[in-house]
Amino acid sequence: MRGATHAKWAACTVAVALAATACGSSSSGSGSSSSSGSSGSSGVVSASWGDPQNPLEPANTNEVQGGKVLDLIFRGLKRYNPKTAKAENALAQSITTSDAQNFKVTVKNGWTFSNGEKVTAKSFVNAWNYGAALKNNQKNASFFQYIDGYDKVHPETGSATATTMSGLKVTGGQTFTIRLSQKFSTFPDTLGYAAFSPLPQAFFTNHSAWLSKPIGNGPYEVQKYNRGSQMSLRTWKKYPGPDKAQNGGVDLKVYTDNNTAYTDLVAGNLDLVDDVPANQLRNVQSDLDGRYINTPAGIIQTLAFPFYDKAWSGANGLKLRTGISMAINRPQITDTIFQKTRTPATDWTSPVLGKAGGYQAGLCGSKCTFNAAAAKKMISDAGGFPGGKLTITYNADTGSHKVWVDAVCNNINNVVGNDKACVGRPVGTFADFRNQIGQHKMTGPFRAGWQMDYPLIQDFLQPLYFTGASSNDGQFSNPQFDKLVNQANAETDEAKAVKIFQQAEGVVRDQMAAVPLWYQNGSAGFSDNISNVALNPFSVPVYNEIKVN
Amino acid sequence: MGRYVIRRLLQMIPVFIGTTLLIFLMVNVQGDPIAGLCGDKQCDPATITQLRKDFGLDKPLWQQYLTYMGHVFSGNFGTAFNGEKVIDLMGSAFPVTIRLTLVAIVFELVIGIIFGVITGLRRGSFVDTGVLLLTLVVIAVPTFVTGLLAQLLLGVKWNIIEPSVSSAAPLDELIVPGLVLASVSLAYVTRLTRTSIAENARSDYVRTATAKGLPRHRVVIRHLLRNSLIPVITFIGTDIGALMGGAIVTERIFNIHGVGFQLYQGILRQNTQTVVGFVTVLVIVFLVANLLVDLLYAVLDPRIRYA
Repeated sequence: MRGATHAKWAACTVAVALAATACGSSSSGSGSSSSSGSSGSSGVVSASWGDPQNPLEPANTNEVQGGKVLDLIFRGLKRYNPKTAKAENALAQSITTSDAQNFKVTVKNGWTFSNGEKVTAKSFVNAWNYGAALKNNQKNASFFQYIDGYDKVHPETGSATATTMSGLKVTGGQTFTIRLSQKFSTFPDTLGYAAFSPLPQAFFTNHSAWLSKPIGNGPYEVQKYNRGSQMSLRTWKKYPGPDKAQNGGVDLKVYTDNNTAYTDLVAGNLDLVDDVPANQLRNVQSDLDGRYINTPAGIIQTLAFPFYDKAWSGANGLKLRTGISMAINRPQITDTIFQKTRTPATDWTSPVLGKAGGYQAGLCGSKCTFNAAAAKKMISDAGGFPGGKLTITYNADTGSHKVWVDAVCNNINNVVGNDKACVGRPVGTFADFRNQIGQHKMTGPFRAGWQMDYPLIQDFLQPLYFTGASSNDGQFSNPQFDKLVNQANAETDEAKAVKIFQQAEGVVRDQMAAVPLWYQNGSAGFSDNISNVALNPFSVPVYNEIKVN
Repeated sequence: MGRYVIRRLLQMIPVFIGTTLLIFLMVNVQGDPIAGLCGDKQCDPATITQLRKDFGLDKPLWQQYLTYMGHVFSGNFGTAFNGEKVIDLMGSAFPVTIRLTLVAIVFELVIGIIFGVITGLRRGSFVDTGVLLLTLVVIAVPTFVTGLLAQLLLGVKWNIIEPSVSSAAPLDELIVPGLVLASVSLAYVTRLTRTSIAENARSDYVRTATAKGLPRHRVVIRHLLRNSLIPVITFIGTDIGALMGGAIVTERIFNIHGVGFQLYQGILRQNTQTVVGFVTVLVIVFLVANLLVDLLYAVLDPRIRYA
């Protein structure tokens, strides 16, 4: 009898546990079974994706994965040409100014959101006011900082005293004006950035419904979104723009690991991978038989310095920085470690800008060319490394930074003839890395990367080296540089503005404000199921131009 | 028996509080999570302050912990940084991992015990040596090697399976990942059963049963196996928790969006809410599995009693 009671108890507990698991598995199975059927259907491109870090709102998305979706479902006033990176009018009929500070915008007629709502001047003004407002926690809020009244809706401390920016005024159904708080001649060219996308009324009235199925005005509409696993986008038939989708849709599939995505591509289960894992680069040519793209993107990697530390500023600091730059054998590292998916940097911008946009190949000259003897002399003239030691700080969790930091240190150690002079200093997580940088805890050079927001030379200089600028992590400060940047922003003629920015970049070179390392390329692989694949200057695939064979 | 179960359940409370506190502290030593949310840029200070306030990160740690536990007991696990409720993340991740774990456990039970019984009864035979050697190899080779090899051979070269599991993760796609996940434990189960069977095969009650003239299969299954399974059940019970939490390698290789994936992302993004929430549930799973094991003892061997 006793045994029977034991058995009963145990059986009950087991039954409860099993019932719980059974419920769980059946419900999820029915929920997502339909999504697996959609892949492979005719005309739909399946592409790898990563889980977006932030909620999918235009002004809240600051990384590539969320940016992909915005590029598919939104069109703003301007769009960056996927080939030339030039800002071209999309929804903007015209943007005019006479003083580089007041702008008049006319929005094209005939555009609607995919739910039928008309895109008007209000769609933009409301969206921008939402993006700038402090209470909405939008991570791209600072993109609106040049608009007059931003400091009222987004004060640095305390609470907001206004809900809308005074610099934005709707003047008609399709027209509005923008007043900036300072002169900024290239401002219209920044409006292609996703943060400036228009938003439909549905975004404001039912926010959570919008987040679970975003509605935009781009060539695609969201058919189904299973957070964390897949987003199915289908061509929006009534899209009025000139850049209509050449395929039936895009299925973005979240991968836990880019190696798995690559394996799926090779096995024929996936059409497009826009992040070829580093360890596969050696096989990529033979695996994909020419279906591999490796093109420059608007990303530059640099070594930044703590200018708040006496040892790294001043005359000796300049010699040290220059010496380190000359001690690095860039071509060797980009060839062997990065398999030519990086290009040695010779200025502080990016080749995607083009000559007219301000890119100057070779601007850095001998200061960025490996020269052991000169580097050694420069470093010893400066009195050697502070404390006889050099540490390069990086975050160890992503991007395999350890490999190249070790290689750079190896270069430097060979130059100074001391095996222990330079060591990498890993920081566990990216957040902690950013944290230490923010608290000015760096005692030596640290990894810095800059991915452009818009293809302008301004974006490669001002946020990074202007006194007190948002991403000036090393606190570089130079009055001459600041003066030139202000002057360039006030210049209404774009070509002249670029020229002045280039002079400012000359200051960055003379001061070696950061050591340029290499320009990063976008790399992608695709199956023989699709063609006409290209990456735009932001290293995002141009999805709407992909043709399904 | 009932009182025993209640006592065990009560004992879970301090364990539960202790583990969650530990995890909470561990995730917190990593530093300020908000700093990583803006990419390589500096977030603007006003937004940082606001976000800290929204996630309760501006309060002292003990207060954060108390608030968090208060929310947990009312069923609210907080919100992840991507705006999704942690409870929704669990709702999508746990069923997948539970299915994967079930597949793995079934493999362990069926293959492990069958191999164990066969080898245990025929010690020193050709089969015994072969299985011993095989399990040794399986234990020695790390899971990610087995996983990647299986993926490469079965998925890419021979096209028997898809190299990655679809987001729905139905049972049939989980067979190979489940086998990979089970492999090491499977080898242990085989070896444990083998030893246990070999030991008990010489015991008095087995000899008595045989002398009574019972058929061999009845002796093996009803008498020998029942007693020999106690160490095996203990192992499998603790293994449930280990499999669920430790599936991270297998899940990454086969693109399974389960608990391991969520935990990995949570740790990378330093998302306290996700990590603590998931670990809390895993702790409960572990505790319940252990309780079940203890209760199963009494079924297998009536001499074990609980007051």
